[in-house]
Amino acid sequence: MKSYDTLLLALVFIPLGTALVAVMLPPAHRRWAVLLGGLGWSCVLIPLSAAVAREQTLTLVFGGWSPPLGIGWRLDALGLIVLWVHALVGIAALPGAWQRFKPERPESGPFWSLWLILATGVNLAILAADLFNLYVALELTTLAAVALIATDDGIAALAAAMRYLLLAVFGSLMYVLGVGLVYAQTGSLAMHQPGLVELNNVALVLMLTGLMVKAAIFPLHVWLPHAYSNAPGPVAAIMSAVVGKVALVALWRVWFETAADPPALLSNLLGLIGAAAIVYGALAAYLQPRLKMVIAYSSISQFGFLLLLLPLACQQAFQGAGFHLLAHGLAKASMFLAAANIVTVLGSDSIRHLPGLDKRMPLEAFTLALAGVTLIGLPPSGGFTGKWMLLSAAWQVQGWFWMVLIMLSGLMSAAYVFRVLALTCFHPARRAVHHLHAKPPKITSLAALLLALLAVVIGLFPHPVLDLLGSGVPGAGP
Amino acid sequence: MTSTVFVLVAAAIFGLGVHGLLVSAHIMRKLLALNLMLSALFLLLIVVPATLDGRPDPVPQALVLTGIVIAVSTTAFALALMVRLFGKQGHATILPDIDASLLGRRHDSHDNRHNNRHNNRHDSRRNSRRSPETDGEQGP
Repeated sequence: MKSYDTLLLALVFIPLGTALVAVMLPPAHRRWAVLLGGLGWSCVLIPLSAAVAREQTLTLVFGGWSPPLGIGWRLDALGLIVLWVHALVGIAALPGAWQRFKPERPESGPFWSLWLILATGVNLAILAADLFNLYVALELTTLAAVALIATDDGIAALAAAMRYLLLAVFGSLMYVLGVGLVYAQTGSLAMHQPGLVELNNVALVLMLTGLMVKAAIFPLHVWLPHAYSNAPGPVAAIMSAVVGKVALVALWRVWFETAADPPALLSNLLGLIGAAAIVYGALAAYLQPRLKMVIAYSSISQFGFLLLLLPLACQQAFQGAGFHLLAHGLAKASMFLAAANIVTVLGSDSIRHLPGLDKRMPLEAFTLALAGVTLIGLPPSGGFTGKWMLLSAAWQVQGWFWMVLIMLSGLMSAAYVFRVLALTCFHPARRAVHHLHAKPPKITSLAALLLALLAVVIGLFPHPVLDLLGSGVPGAGP
Repeated sequence: MTSTVFVLVAAAIFGLGVHGLLVSAHIMRKLLALNLMLSALFLLLIVVPATLDGRPDPVPQALVLTGIVIAVSTTAFALALMVRLFGKQGHATILPDIDASLLGRRHDSHDNRHNNRHNNRHDSRRNSRRSPETDGEQGP
């Protein structure tokens, strides 16, 4: 038993256990299970970070059964970054969710149970060390996410949840088909031994397609805008920050750590898909009539950057993509939380209602602006550091096309961010809204603002994260 | 040779499933199609590894067992969601015009009438300016 085994177990079993307890407890006491489940596993990350910094990768094999029949877990620097995003966003989303689904109300039991099961699924997917357990964890995550979207109970939310479920099942089907072919060919399901598993291209493409559906990469993104924009705000925050990212991290792992020598043609093709996602997402975000749709399409655009790692494939690109994942997760979650408050007060998130918002809800307007700075990638922010590392990686491998793309993408992000900000702050027709609903408690606004601030502050002090990522490059060249 | 037959059958069932998933609009039919594809997948997972060295391999069977459990629970959940959707909208299909942006816009146009009436009464100047409505309506 190694010193960190219990910590790794706590990451999954605290949210899982409290999820089961939360439905069984009487409503009056449910809050304790929610608090323990929501905050408990996040505290474990502090000693785990020290362990990852010391040993780089932590492994755990259950019950002495060796893989493939046994189950193994593994945590590396990249996984730790995703877990930190998950923890921070989960804590920041808690007040908003608490406000909307008060734990002491009897009917909110299922919501909190699902909330904790989603956390379990995400943590499990990060820890999974073989291809099949990754599938199980991704299914758990998807089912919990679909159910959470459907808690809104309107036609739009139910239809969005249904569409997401059908596409996600199709995606996981593709993925398992690929996994089956890998096993048939090699007799192994291990994820982290590059070269040991020699993937054939059919299996690789099937697995990548399945994961791209789950991560909502551009041509397979159709479920994302409706799912994110119809979900309750805190759920949308968690989903945009981690649920899609988990599938993308899985894609990186399949690519860099499982596939022996993926063909260059395929890596360039995936890079081009990422480029198309960046352009399409930004254009669509610019045209949306609803604030939450703008934020959702912006996610599609920003997910595209994470695919650029495949053609760039060097240490700097890995650090850049990991950092971008962190910064974008924090910024996007803060935007969804702020948008949820705006919907609560205005009763709508149509951007026609935004003019004059900076006077009525200054904290939310400031949060949107601050998170927008990170999305565009303006210098002091975390988004800048991520894009700058990607840019210098493109310089290093002499990928001029990728360089131009990354620079232009800043402009395109600026277009949709400034459209929202200009309408909010500078539009001449600052109409009076006749019917304002009661403001949500200030702590929900502050939580969103804190996330947006954090996304900027990590840009000022990027070195701990970059050093951590730099130490654990997964087979990504020099 | 029997394994070739099994693989061909699996491919045929999978193709049927893909066809059903793409062609049918009813959610029930889509779910049936997905389940067909899953059955084909499980058949393939059992048959293909066994063909490599002649004797049955326990690992794919464990995988398929897990896969069946996941497929059953996912289908049950999807059916419950479908029933809920049917109860709300009266039919079990996902119409393209039910999506959020269009609902939002219909809602908006209702608001527009209200706001324009208000504008005309109080501030006629506002209508001559470029108003946020035009920005909002540019969307696809």
